[in-house]
Amino acid sequence: MMFKISWRNVWRHKTRSLIVILAIAVGVWAGIFILGFYMGIMDQRIQDVIKTEVSHVQIHHKLFTQNYHPKFQIKNSRSILEDLNHDARVKRASGRNVSMVMIASANASSGVKLIGVNPDDESQVTVIKDKVLEGVYGFQNSNSIIVSRKLCDKLKLKLGSKVVVTMQSKSNELTADAFRVSGIYKTSNTKYDEATAFVQDEKLQTLLECDDYHEIAILLNSNDDLDPFTTYLSGKLPDKSVESWKDLVPGMRYMVETADQSLGIIMWIILLALVFGIINTMLMAVLERIREIGMLVAIGMSKIRVFFMIVLETVMLVSVGAPIGMLLGYIFITYFGSHGIDLSIVSEGMEEFGYATIVYPTLDFSSYIKVATQLVVLAIVSSIYPAWRTLQLKAIDAIRKI
Amino acid sequence: MKNVIETKNLCKTYEGVIPIHAVNDVDLQIQDDEFTAIVGPSGSGKSTLLNLIGGLDHPTSGEVIVNGHDLSEFSESKLIDYRLYHIGFVFQAYNLIPVLTVRENIEFIMMLQKRKKEDIKNRIHELLEEVDLLDKINKRPSELSGGQQQRVAVARALATKPEFVLADEPTANLDSKSASNLLDTMERLNKEESITFIFSTHDQRVIDRARRVVTLEDGKIISDVQK
Repeated sequence: MMFKISWRNVWRHKTRSLIVILAIAVGVWAGIFILGFYMGIMDQRIQDVIKTEVSHVQIHHKLFTQNYHPKFQIKNSRSILEDLNHDARVKRASGRNVSMVMIASANASSGVKLIGVNPDDESQVTVIKDKVLEGVYGFQNSNSIIVSRKLCDKLKLKLGSKVVVTMQSKSNELTADAFRVSGIYKTSNTKYDEATAFVQDEKLQTLLECDDYHEIAILLNSNDDLDPFTTYLSGKLPDKSVESWKDLVPGMRYMVETADQSLGIIMWIILLALVFGIINTMLMAVLERIREIGMLVAIGMSKIRVFFMIVLETVMLVSVGAPIGMLLGYIFITYFGSHGIDLSIVSEGMEEFGYATIVYPTLDFSSYIKVATQLVVLAIVSSIYPAWRTLQLKAIDAIRKI
Repeated sequence: MKNVIETKNLCKTYEGVIPIHAVNDVDLQIQDDEFTAIVGPSGSGKSTLLNLIGGLDHPTSGEVIVNGHDLSEFSESKLIDYRLYHIGFVFQAYNLIPVLTVRENIEFIMMLQKRKKEDIKNRIHELLEEVDLLDKINKRPSELSGGQQQRVAVARALATKPEFVLADEPTANLDSKSASNLLDTMERLNKEESITFIFSTHDQRVIDRARRVVTLEDGKIISDVQK
């Protein structure tokens, strides 16, 4: 009976209730969509970091990343690489030589990170091959170089242009060679693009006077293996530096770690705004029924029951609006999750910070559960003040008004 | 005949710049099966006296004794039970729950008493037959006339099988025919079911039907007439 009365009371003023339900639905939808949008951006950024920039795990000489000196090679890198490529958890591992070089065209020069790769291995570890806009991802000869569109613009290069690359060799000698642009790529991270170029690994080894790799990049079959595999490899190669992308790009790790808190705060702000709206409506509903509530107390309904009735009405109001909002949020996230949201109008700004211009919102099931839990709290919190007002009511005061 | 209600030196004063003695030293005994009207001009203390008897208000001094129990010794929850199990209220403005049907309005108060479903069903039929509204069982209050609504309110008041019914100006908003019908119903219930009725009223139609008329003026009983 209490449920029946509460439910019918909710619909006593249809327009008012519908407006509140709509506000709750829109608030929840907006909250969920913002969460999905933010998670989509984060997810893509992580995928870009893994698949384009650093892969899941990297191995270096312990001192290599301090100054990128060519002498800090990974001892026995080829046998390590072979072992890794036989590990079931590893999708593919690729050896790289890395050097900080000066690249000069006829018009300008720039400092870049030159990576020597084996295109066959590398194409299975990173997606740079798919990002090639002009030319090919491969080296027609040992003096071919793949540069980014951004670097081309900066150095005024085009396919076939000649550049001179100067670097420090293992024996600290300055060495240089000329390369021709054989491929132009573009990722969603302009900072990365501007500072990264690729040449054949054997060619770079020759120039640097190296016989081992400086870096082994490992792409795993599953993200879930990341932490256990990194720990395993660190134990297996104690004299090497084994780092996951979380250590290699710490800023990204902090972003992921704080994402939950940031999103939680955003959601609570939205819910807080809804709380005030609901309190206002319920307070109005209670105050205009003060005589009726007084009569209920007068004829023998306990105040606790009246309190419960108001809580129930509020919960019902939220229970109608919230699922609509969650469903709308789910539909929007599912639709845009497959079609994407094109933010190319602000592409330069997005890419400057390494974010893709097409965002695919995504939200896992646990986030929906979290939002649903927050909504339950919202409903209860919103009901407390209006319901508390009924506890303050003296039946006699209400009766005098009858 | 035993005293159902007894007031001893009952006083209720509303404090203010000029204190108002709404009920002033009232001694009153109401016995089983009475059909009593408490009458008097506006502000004479009729409703206040009814509220004190109903446990809705607390006296400034004096006692309200119901079946030998002093109401001032009751806790808030015991007072709620007292109102739920011992008293039936009928208000001037009917005060039915607008979102419930006739049946549900009567059912609701019995559910508060945690009565059995079958018992509730039978009692609803019995009461609606008594007040001649069985055909309106599924109507909402807004679909009934004032007289019909007040008859539902009477049925609701009687649903809990109270020892007595307190009716505050029950006919004030009714036309003569509806008032007459309502009083017929109440009189019949008083005689057939031995339910004590206490009215606060200044309606002559009620006064004419009452078997006892207690007149208040300035909070004091100035006459108590048994017909």
